[in-house]
Amino acid sequence: MLDLVAAAGDFAFGPGNSFPTVDQDYLLQARQMQAMSFVMHVPLVCFGIAFPSLVIFMEWLGLRTGKAHFLALARRWSKVMITLFAAGVVTGTLLSFELGMLWPGFMSAFGDVFGLAFGLEGFSFFIEAIFISIYVYSWDKISPRKHILTGIPVIAAGITGSMMVIAVNAWMNNPSGFSVDKAGQVTDVKPFEALFANGHLWPQLTHMYIAAYIVVGFLIAGVYAFAWLKGRRGAYFRTALVVPLAVACLAAPAQLLIGDWAARTVADDQPIKLASFEGLYETTEGAPETILGWYEPDGTIEYGIQIPKLLSLLAYHDPNATVQGLDTVPEDDLPPINVVRIAFQTMVGIGTGLAALAAWFLWIWFRRRRLPQTKWFYRAVVLAGPAAVLALIAGWVTTEVGRQPWVVYGVMRTEQAVSGADGIVFGFAALIAVYAVLVVTVFWVLRRIARQPLPTEIAALEEVADGTG
Amino acid sequence: MELADIPALLILAGIIAYAVLAGADFGAPVWAVTARGEESNRLRESGHRSMAPVWEANHVWLIFVLVVCWTAYPEVFGAIFSTLWIPLILACLGIIMRAIGYVAGGVTVSRSVTWLAAIASLLVPFALGAVIGALVAGNVPPGNAEGDIISSWLAPVPIMVGLLLVATSAYLAAVYLAADAKRRGEEDLARAFGNRALLAGVVAGLLAVAGLVVLYFDARGFFDAMVSTSGRHNELGRLCVCVSAIAGTATLWLLSIRRYGEARFVAAVAVAAIVVGWGLAQQPEVMPGLTIHEAAASDDVIIGLLVAVAVGLLILIPSLYLLYGLVLGGRFDPLAVPAVESAEAGRELDPAGRSRVAVVLVIAAVGGLLLFISDGGARLYIGLALFMIGLAGGVVLLARSLAQLRD
Repeated sequence: MLDLVAAAGDFAFGPGNSFPTVDQDYLLQARQMQAMSFVMHVPLVCFGIAFPSLVIFMEWLGLRTGKAHFLALARRWSKVMITLFAAGVVTGTLLSFELGMLWPGFMSAFGDVFGLAFGLEGFSFFIEAIFISIYVYSWDKISPRKHILTGIPVIAAGITGSMMVIAVNAWMNNPSGFSVDKAGQVTDVKPFEALFANGHLWPQLTHMYIAAYIVVGFLIAGVYAFAWLKGRRGAYFRTALVVPLAVACLAAPAQLLIGDWAARTVADDQPIKLASFEGLYETTEGAPETILGWYEPDGTIEYGIQIPKLLSLLAYHDPNATVQGLDTVPEDDLPPINVVRIAFQTMVGIGTGLAALAAWFLWIWFRRRRLPQTKWFYRAVVLAGPAAVLALIAGWVTTEVGRQPWVVYGVMRTEQAVSGADGIVFGFAALIAVYAVLVVTVFWVLRRIARQPLPTEIAALEEVADGTG
Repeated sequence: MELADIPALLILAGIIAYAVLAGADFGAPVWAVTARGEESNRLRESGHRSMAPVWEANHVWLIFVLVVCWTAYPEVFGAIFSTLWIPLILACLGIIMRAIGYVAGGVTVSRSVTWLAAIASLLVPFALGAVIGALVAGNVPPGNAEGDIISSWLAPVPIMVGLLLVATSAYLAAVYLAADAKRRGEEDLARAFGNRALLAGVVAGLLAVAGLVVLYFDARGFFDAMVSTSGRHNELGRLCVCVSAIAGTATLWLLSIRRYGEARFVAAVAVAAIVVGWGLAQQPEVMPGLTIHEAAASDDVIIGLLVAVAVGLLILIPSLYLLYGLVLGGRFDPLAVPAVESAEAGRELDPAGRSRVAVVLVIAAVGGLLLFISDGGARLYIGLALFMIGLAGGVVLLARSLAQLRD
């Protein structure tokens, strides 16, 4: 076993089996609990990263032009922003608790290696919480110029905070900056090297950062595209549609390029993960790309559409490059191929679709200087928001399930990280119940905010524009 | 004092900040359900108004404590979180429910939401108190879930500490809210909170005395370390207990003469002193058979952490000063004097212009090409930077022109 792993040659730290394995029936539940908490949190993270800059841009337009509808939008959006931030704060807290509750083996062994990043994330989080409060509660209480300035730290902290968390995730995918001795003790820890000298940090961060703008842009635009379909097309509603749409429609095509970079990084450092994305069983020169289909245990893909040499071209920018196959490592070291492969194809498929929608919008804008007229465009934008969230989650499933069975790639397995305590399944059940209440409350509060009446002078203009006045 | 002790001091400071600041967040909704009808709504609204702008920042102290703990003493963190996962998840669920209260409280006055928040507010301090109590009682051995997951925290000492924290939170909340109500000129509310603070203060004091009795019988070693004359750190430990007792009594006196502003600070001192006393007594073994020095990460890690914390505090302290200055100065109160409108508004945006669009497109294209053809190194990162600059410029130009679109 040890020889086989070493022979695979992927793992810089040799056999990762010096850590004690915990006999835990609940490993799968623990993983599901972590996954569910993450799925709840990560769309809120997108709002933390991308929404403040949209709100502040809107306020800037308002201050610059003196037009009331920009400021009214900034104010309304700032209420949405703090609501979602509150939900993000507590769902994020749960994630940090779960690191210890579910994976004490991981934390005991490696907490010191990556803890520094979470320390810096904590300070980012402080700054974000402080200034988001000041921004939201000081409308009209401080001068407009100061008010817009209090939004800047929120944007900056959104970037640094996500960067720190991604640094940890990138380290889990591509670990370095420590050694493991024969007794399973982690020694020689160099936290800065582990976290910030990692080739995976920048592609993962950029990929997530742009994803956040796609998700938030399409979700917000989707809300107002729905209003557009209902005939609400005055300056207020139109601005609320086009500004987020502008963001999403440039971010979506850009993501194709960043995604290519992220995939190449995976191909270089985690070849088995790449093979899982693609369901490539045998090491192949000039490997084909297989779209759709189902991976069978014998290493073939049923019902797939094969495009020759495309995988080699995409992964290494060379149609004849050799791509390592799944058969080069023991079966025990493979993730569940179909989960990873389907998640990957979902992400790529939706991402490509969103880029096509963006291209449609940009084409009409550059050719005719107007918005698309067909209702199908606005229907597509309504769907694009939830689709972008699905792609986001599929992307994280790809990278997190694709890392399995490792928690620290090639070094520590999840069964060496998991808690030895009983009864995790009850915690999972309680969590689902409380999260259900949270989701319902957040949606209900957002509806309440949406239904608050517009300032009278804007409402009057909107009615004229909609022909309802 | 060694390097390995310094993160423990940071943890204690974080716990004090969390207890005296966030403790009040958890106390506030408890008082809203102690009154009926109109008065209940007023108590609730007043509590929400005081806490809503600061609760998120207060909450981050908890994250700070966790992070310093797992970075500097990873084994301690792993042992606590695996053995005590039940009270910890209860605390976490309570925190989520408390946040639901804040989120919903922004748009509605609902009795069921207040009750949810009140229950959550009892749960969180109790559960976190039970975690501290389990450490005090020595019920958490090192290792992955080595302690009993039930009896480690459902025992006299943890329950006692949990109850003490519940009473303390309610007490701090009432004191702070009395001070805030007085600042806003709501004298009747200030009195209502002041009376409740007196009651809660007496209860908390009695619980503290009862807690010492429980410690004497159930955790004799800890009791000796904290108060008796035979412990190692007895001098400082006793000093902390005395300071806490004096400050607690002084708060009650300040409350009775309606000096709520001063009572706020003295009450916080009472709580802080007892936390310090606990920290001193939880030594040298932080858990059975594991001293704080044995649990500590390497010096490199601790130095890295201290550097990060020092840099972080340089930014954090002025930011907190600004936030609390605005809040305690009454700038967020509904009747605060609004700022003067700015006079610069009213200029049309100039159109994006072909030349600017072309520049942005060229930067993005060059950057994108470099990124696409590079496998690493400086060329790739220059490409990335150019591409992102071009992209951001393009977004701003496009959003500006679209926002100017006419009917």
